[in-house]
Amino acid sequence: MPIWLQRQKYLIDFTLASLLRRRAKNLGLLLVYALIVFALASVMLYTHALRHEAAHVLAGAPEIVLQRMVAGRHDLIGEEHIARIGQVRGVQTKAGRLWGYFYDPAVKANYTLMVPPDREIAPGDAIIGAGIARTRGLSAGDYLTLRGSDGKAHTLRVAGLLDARSELVSSDLVLVAEPFFRAFFGIPAGQYTDVALRVRNAQEVRKVAEKLTLLLPDTRPILRDEVLRTYDAIFNWRQGVVAVLLLGAILAFVVFAWDKASGLSAEERREIGILKAIGWETSDVIRMKFWEGAIVSLTAFLLGYLAAYAHVFLADAALFEPVLKGWAVLYPRFALVPTVDGLQLATLFFFTVFPYTVATIVPIWRAAITDPDTVMR
Amino acid sequence: MIELVDVRKAFNQGRPNEFWAIRGVSLTVDANRVTVLKGPSGSGKTTLLSMIGCLSRPTAGRILFETQLLSGLPERFLTAVRRGTFGFIFQQFNLIKGVTVLENVMLPAYPLGGPRRRLEARAHDLLAQFGLAAKAGYRVEWLSGGEAQRTAICRALVNDPRVLVADEPTANLDTQLSRDFMGIVGDLRAAGKTVLLSSHDPEVYDSPVVDRVVEMRDGRLAGG
Repeated sequence: MPIWLQRQKYLIDFTLASLLRRRAKNLGLLLVYALIVFALASVMLYTHALRHEAAHVLAGAPEIVLQRMVAGRHDLIGEEHIARIGQVRGVQTKAGRLWGYFYDPAVKANYTLMVPPDREIAPGDAIIGAGIARTRGLSAGDYLTLRGSDGKAHTLRVAGLLDARSELVSSDLVLVAEPFFRAFFGIPAGQYTDVALRVRNAQEVRKVAEKLTLLLPDTRPILRDEVLRTYDAIFNWRQGVVAVLLLGAILAFVVFAWDKASGLSAEERREIGILKAIGWETSDVIRMKFWEGAIVSLTAFLLGYLAAYAHVFLADAALFEPVLKGWAVLYPRFALVPTVDGLQLATLFFFTVFPYTVATIVPIWRAAITDPDTVMR
Repeated sequence: MIELVDVRKAFNQGRPNEFWAIRGVSLTVDANRVTVLKGPSGSGKTTLLSMIGCLSRPTAGRILFETQLLSGLPERFLTAVRRGTFGFIFQQFNLIKGVTVLENVMLPAYPLGGPRRRLEARAHDLLAQFGLAAKAGYRVEWLSGGEAQRTAICRALVNDPRVLVADEPTANLDTQLSRDFMGIVGDLRAAGKTVLLSSHDPEVYDSPVVDRVVEMRDGRLAGG
């Protein structure tokens, strides 16, 4: 083993032995430190995974959704509008969509009723999301009764449940047949909620949206990228809320850690004097303290981050779920796909490991440059 | 072996509380001999020892180890000389509490970065030589005064220094332990070490193993 490496090994061995001398104090510090990293990393991992999931889900969404606006309010869009879209070059497919929100006072939750474009549903049947099934206690073969726009009760037979894997986006969904939907919401034939457009070339999406605005001035195009940005903003905001809540705890820890790391006891000063007197260089003492700071902060970082990873991806972020996820009644149950953002990891690492290590070294510098003959007195 | 030429040492120089601890000492310490600096408290023994052992530098004068001028060396080189040439036994023993006897003995060798197995073998040999083999895994605060001092001697010897420096080594020992210590000093001389002690204990300066007693008073050699 090279001498330099062996020296570092000796220093680390001695540092560990030194740390174990004040076992309770150092373990306490390590635990609090790891807890702070755990809380911050949990929020970061969770919001990042949610954003990632949202992006993944939206990858299959249409590039543009066109809504008709009446006096700034979303209104139904007619077939004549859809026909005119055909004149815009670059639009690959266009399809009117039928969907609408429904507030169910029985469970105080909002459902999304929708006519699926890609599957046939028998009139009077419904396929429901897992969240609704849980909240209303429904399973296949049961009946779901909802009050329609005509004031009458409409009964649907639950033909099946949506796949639990898509629960993040399908938790509140009720898929119904087109005739039922039109009757339930009172939407005449030829009218749609909005129009989904596929654009062949991703570079042309903005241009197509521009043309649509000119061609149909009473409509508003919503781009998939804009939806993604909105999700980003929402999750960033929620992450911020939690970070603010954690700020008090973080500040308390910073004060505690700074005091612990930067304050040198008389005993520690004496030991530095002894080490220098028996032949340690100033740089050896500083390196030893560097290792002390690095070992404590790195261990805390690793423990905290691994615990956060397990918390988010194995325990479904049980502690922060209500704040970060944001749904009210129909909480989707889903396992997030584990993803780690390198930049986020690096940022957390920098703001937790680096300051503590520096706080450990700075006061040692002053103590370590004193003359070693002080131990003779 | 060690030559001091008109060595002077001031503390707080240039301030109102300036104090000259050593006021012009010229001395030659012979190799493979036991030399004792004798004198009352405040006579400058410890200050002189710390300068000879490269723990501090003189304000004026020269200190030579064989042909090498020590008094002008920068700190880094001074530390290297201290580590390789001198072994220290302090009055309070100055062992690091909370770590084992073995680790305390090995500490001066850590900056050298030698193989761990060889270092451990050397430390175990020394502990066995001084009757501490069974205590290697003990924490130093569990040791008696005599055991703590022998641990300090092992630590001083771990880098195999040519000169052993001991400052008031018997100050915390009873008469029997003091005699035992001087017995060890005799053995070290027999093993070819140069030993430099400071003491005002008759058990030390009257011991038959001592070759030369240098008396100090008020920062000067008595009669000098």
